[in-house]
Amino acid sequence: MFDLSGKCALITGASGGIGGEIARTLHAAGATVGLSGTRVEPLQALADELGERAHVLPCNLSDAEAVTALPKQAADAMGSVDILVNNAGITRDNLFMRMSEEEWLSVLDVNLTSTMRLCKGAIRGMMKARWGRIINISSVVGSTGNPGQANYAASKAGMVGMSKSLAYEVASRGITVNCVAPGFITTAMTDKLTDDQKSGILTNVPAGRMGEAAEIGAAVLYLASTEAGYMTGATLHVNGGMAMY
Amino acid sequence: MSDVADRVKKIVVEHLGVEEDKVVENASFIDDLGADSLDTVELVMAFEEEFGIEIPDDAAETIQSFGDAVKFITEAA
Repeated sequence: MFDLSGKCALITGASGGIGGEIARTLHAAGATVGLSGTRVEPLQALADELGERAHVLPCNLSDAEAVTALPKQAADAMGSVDILVNNAGITRDNLFMRMSEEEWLSVLDVNLTSTMRLCKGAIRGMMKARWGRIINISSVVGSTGNPGQANYAASKAGMVGMSKSLAYEVASRGITVNCVAPGFITTAMTDKLTDDQKSGILTNVPAGRMGEAAEIGAAVLYLASTEAGYMTGATLHVNGGMAMY
Repeated sequence: MSDVADRVKKIVVEHLGVEEDKVVENASFIDDLGADSLDTVELVMAFEEEFGIEIPDDAAETIQSFGDAVKFITEAA
């Protein structure tokens, strides 16, 4: 099941823990992958690990021109962009009353506006092909909110509303647009939490453990598959039960 | 009929699946030729490729009929 042979997938934030695992999962299912991110070294290391069918496509998502150019670069490198995974994201946490406009705008820009730009660029080819999969990586905090993350939560909730609207518009062209909303996942980012912080978080997770990046990869693989063609405008919550919708 | 008009007509006929004689000067893509709003976006994309031009979004919105398209492309090319 879930054979992606012949499909080309562009994944942003592929140098991170979750993005890298998404790339591995899609690649293992047969897809050609375009690995995008700001840091070239980890992207190249991942491409070397994957071997064939892996392309390194560095891009700074706060650079509007570079973002607009990325889907075309990816299509030139791989032949097409059939699957787009908007996974890249940044945080600039602060209490709302202390949050600067710069902290607000930079997070909205990288997480939400770049997602819009990449969708716009990739949909052209998908419309022509009458097939496409867009998977936007949101977050549980986009639904629940989180103190100190008004900007991040707004950007992640914004992704969901944008995805639903876009899903309406392009459904008739065989293109689906969905979100995956991870809960607390083991990554370099969450490794920095103290044991006390972790156990505090886990009291709210019925599964009693952190999630693994591969468990996000599996959800993305499903949404990227041909079999998922009737699912659009949805959000898959992968959070060990910490918030149920 | 000009070369531009012929090429535009071919794209419209193929994309919308309409009879060639329906594609007249004042034929509106949406009202007369059965296009939906996304079809008009796709038509503009097809024109861009066929004629190697860029049609900005605000100009694309003004291209509502076959005649509009021929006029815009003739001026842009």
